[in-house]
Amino acid sequence: MGRIFRKPEVMTDEPTHYCPGCTHGLIHRLVAEVIDELGIRGRTVGIAPVGCAVFIYNYISVDFQESAHGRAPAMATGIKRVRPDLIVFTYQGDGDLASIGIAEIIHAANRGEKFTTIFVNNAVYGMTGGQMAPTTMPGQRTTTSPFGRKVEEVGMPIKIAELLSTIETPGYITRQTVIKPKYIVQAKKAIKKAFKYQMEGRCFSLVEVVSICPTNWGLTPVEAVKWAEETMLSYYKLGDCKTPDSHKGV
Amino acid sequence: MDCMTYKFSIDVDRCKGCGLCVSVCPKKVLEISDKVNKKGYFPVRQAHPEDCNFCGACYLMCPDVAISITETAEDDREQE
Amino acid sequence: MGKILMKGNEAIGEAAVRAGCLSYFAYPITPQSEVSEYLARRMPEVGGVFLQGESEVAVSYMIFGAVGCGARAFTTSSSPGISLMSEGISYIAGAELPAVFINIQRGGPGLGGILPSQGDYFQSTKGGGHGDYHLMVMAPAGVQEAVEMVMMAFPLAEKYRNPVMILGDGLIGQMMEPITFPDHLRTEPPNKDEWASNGMDTRKSSKPNLVKSLFLDPKELNAHNLLLKAKYERMKKEDVRYEPYNIDSDYQILIVSYGTMSRVCKTAIDNMKEDGMEVGMIRPQTLFPFPEAAIHDAASKAGCRVVVSIEMSVGQMVEDVERCVRGKCPVEWYGKCGGEVPTPEEIAGAVRSLLEKNAGSFGAKY
Repeated sequence: MGRIFRKPEVMTDEPTHYCPGCTHGLIHRLVAEVIDELGIRGRTVGIAPVGCAVFIYNYISVDFQESAHGRAPAMATGIKRVRPDLIVFTYQGDGDLASIGIAEIIHAANRGEKFTTIFVNNAVYGMTGGQMAPTTMPGQRTTTSPFGRKVEEVGMPIKIAELLSTIETPGYITRQTVIKPKYIVQAKKAIKKAFKYQMEGRCFSLVEVVSICPTNWGLTPVEAVKWAEETMLSYYKLGDCKTPDSHKGV
Repeated sequence: MDCMTYKFSIDVDRCKGCGLCVSVCPKKVLEISDKVNKKGYFPVRQAHPEDCNFCGACYLMCPDVAISITETAEDDREQE
Repeated sequence: MGKILMKGNEAIGEAAVRAGCLSYFAYPITPQSEVSEYLARRMPEVGGVFLQGESEVAVSYMIFGAVGCGARAFTTSSSPGISLMSEGISYIAGAELPAVFINIQRGGPGLGGILPSQGDYFQSTKGGGHGDYHLMVMAPAGVQEAVEMVMMAFPLAEKYRNPVMILGDGLIGQMMEPITFPDHLRTEPPNKDEWASNGMDTRKSSKPNLVKSLFLDPKELNAHNLLLKAKYERMKKEDVRYEPYNIDSDYQILIVSYGTMSRVCKTAIDNMKEDGMEVGMIRPQTLFPFPEAAIHDAASKAGCRVVVSIEMSVGQMVEDVERCVRGKCPVEWYGKCGGEVPTPEEIAGAVRSLLEKNAGSFGAKY
């Protein structure tokens, strides 16, 4: 056995609405594979974001709630507090989580809410048409930074994984990417670990996934992978930022 | 196990022709087809199926879950 | 069970527990913080959930999440906090979830003040958040009624799958009154397996449930909004509540007043009666649905020359009163809005001068 690669059971047959080369579909698949492998379909509730991935519920066949922009961690908190037996995950982009929803994610992480966040960082607002995000790279041109992101005016991109790792409450915070197969294998392991921590009732877990948006970057998918590797990965370093075991505590 | 082999298939109408699988295939098996699919994309095809070692890199990279590699009995191989 | 003396805010918290609502999320704000303080101790006793959120915005979505997976949940806040929750309330109304919100109003706009007010009438009855939606809005006139309304609010929210707002004010929250609690509510939210994202295993189903408010197809969104409208129409038919007061008398002036304000009006009406002057009153207990027919009929009664909407706001409900009176007689406004509650004497004075001002009005009989 071993080498069997096919669509996870929990994924629907509906082709995604994403642009060619968009890695949302890939990350959906990793989440779906983990749900299948852990056998948790019947007790999983996802929170769909505002952004390109709002229709995630058309592709992953579990219960879903649809959030407002940035509020998914608060909704997940509400669910998890009244139904700790459910497995809850939020799926959020960088405008959603790192900008409008930064208060919600920080406080959810700080309370140690036992849900899992998949945080897709592609350095741009996707659905609204490629505007600058808090994660946009210095000099990166977007529709609202047409001359490139000027750090003297809008600051440096926010490193969410590192930021959340400063929180003293135990948690699992990791940064992964899906721009190459070897990284994809690692990303899936991290997502699985995150869900397992939740199932064990141990801690809040967040997997930041450095991702590509060829359409809004104005690049072909292959060029986008190259740009992400050269530009983003040197700034957004891969690996675990924090595990519940590494936590020193008080 | 020894009597098992692998079957590679592409769901042509899920494929959006992004080319990411082509770029990661270690054996250069894949290429973009010149025939349009239902959605108007040029999907990927196996130009050199004989070189495929079923490593799964293309499946891993595919954002649209358009590629599958499954185990199959030896007899089924002829029907591919 | 006998009567107990309880502060309004604490009685509201206890009423929710007795309504079977075992989850409460809130953010502190004067003059309602005692609800949180009470439930921080009470919820653990009954195995319930108490959580202080990081903001009212977050709290409104904690309510969304909890109610969206089939639990009973509620929150309490005061005016500026309700403004922040209005985003979530719109989503909850759009997603047709049965949540309960309690607004212990204070003066506004902006920071305003911390004394009682009825300045959030428009916000509660006309929307507050974006989009075409209504809350069912109930307005208690005392602690006992606040308790009863809290216990009614959950089944009503569940009946319509629509958020219910209880619009109190700082006076109701802060004052102590003797109260009797109704029997515990024993029902569960009905039909929740049909819509709640409570996990497929929970409801032994293989079909996922989706709780959402997005309808990109204009036809679908139109149909969705018409469905919501049909619910509001049904509320108007089945769940209008109001209290008529001295309405069988030969009044020349009709007061419309709700909540704390209506209690003072009752005293004023009693005092004026002693002086030989009859004044009628309709007290809306539901502000949405509004007692349209009752007000119209009372204003249409022979002899009624003028209707006055008495509010602790600068004339908000008066617009609905005018709509209901439909020109049968003049409609006036009287009120105060800085946190002071008009006294019975001030009300009597206003009533007399408004009658004088409208002496030429022939009233409804013509």
